[in-house]
Amino acid sequence: MAMTIHVDIVCAEGAIHSGTATMVYATAEMGEVGIAPRHTAFISRLRPGDVRVENEHGQQEHFYVSGGMLEVQPNVVTVLADTAIRAHDLDEAAAFEAKRRAEEALAGHTAEFEYAKAQAELAEAVAQLRAIEKLRKVKGG
Amino acid sequence: MAGAKEIRTKIASIKSTQKITKAMQMVAASKMRKAQDRMSASRPYAEKMLQVISHLANATPEYRHSYMAVERERKRVGYIVVSSDRGLCGGLNSNLFRRLLGEVKEQRAAGVEPVFCTIGSKALGFFKRFGGDVKAQATQLGDKPHIEDLIGTVKVMLDAFESGEIDAIYVVSNEFVNTMTQRPVIRQLVPIVGDEPDNMPYHWDYIYEPDARTVLDALLTRYIESLVYQSVVENGACEQAARMVAMKAASDNAGNLIGELQLVYNKARQAAITQEISEIVSGAAAV
Repeated sequence: MAMTIHVDIVCAEGAIHSGTATMVYATAEMGEVGIAPRHTAFISRLRPGDVRVENEHGQQEHFYVSGGMLEVQPNVVTVLADTAIRAHDLDEAAAFEAKRRAEEALAGHTAEFEYAKAQAELAEAVAQLRAIEKLRKVKGG
Repeated sequence: MAGAKEIRTKIASIKSTQKITKAMQMVAASKMRKAQDRMSASRPYAEKMLQVISHLANATPEYRHSYMAVERERKRVGYIVVSSDRGLCGGLNSNLFRRLLGEVKEQRAAGVEPVFCTIGSKALGFFKRFGGDVKAQATQLGDKPHIEDLIGTVKVMLDAFESGEIDAIYVVSNEFVNTMTQRPVIRQLVPIVGDEPDNMPYHWDYIYEPDARTVLDALLTRYIESLVYQSVVENGACEQAARMVAMKAASDNAGNLIGELQLVYNKARQAAITQEISEIVSGAAAV
């Protein structure tokens, strides 16, 4: 029997996937990584992209994540996925927005916010497209 | 028969109110179940994160993030107040605000100024009346709150903490004990209250990409956000439970009222009939 590694994909709003795998691929901060069973302990941020989980029967499952953290221990891979689109500018914008709402609500759009939002959405859309393309290749081949 | 007619319309109106409260009770019951599911679904994420964070904190003792640093002297503290968006849920929100007011009074006596962030429109309304330094707010989260709706509000507080404007952050929300009981609690968020660094049985460490600090920073922000998210979800479950109980009480009260009014109505009707008969009899006797 092939060696396997346990994979958990969780996000703040619930668990997405849990199971065993022979190989896990993810888009880490500095490039794509492949995690085999008994991989050394490893931790990285994830870029928007897809996480592929290959099980014992050679089937691949794809999960799209918009960012998050990847934690690897010899027998467990944990993907802490972000549900939201995250970018520094966008977080700033969200904070700004929350402040503005408070001020407005207690008393009574900036271009920058729109731009940051559009940029992050574009990055996510591109990553999503890439994930879909890969899926197609797998299905076709 | 004027009295009887009035009573009849009154009974009809109470009956329709009862129908509404009954419907609300049932809706709240089903929503509560879903909210409880969400509550348990969000737990693994935060637990896993705490594990990694405590490991990182142990593995890199030379780097202490400001969220994990030792207590600073407190001059101003921030409260993230989690409330419901809608009313008709018994004393849920007012109990929470009363608890908060008591806390604020204590802090003021100790010379600590509070600032607030509100989640949910009831809290916002409360601070409009009560007055208070509200830094940020998020409302209309709906039944399924999403973490992206909270990022901004949490960031305002974390930024204020990092710039030294405030020296601690608390979350004020309701704790779901069971369907009948919800308890207002105030939990400290930052500085993170965690276990003391425990001695690892043997030393091992991660390979970091790009480096430990970046990873730890990213993790901590997400961890705090997930804690706030959990409070919001838990408060949502409390809201539905409280509403269910309140609406059940309202339906029962309406039932009692209808019963009493029905008795009064029957008596009035009977009196009218008796009077009519005696009028007819006395009329016949006079002839």
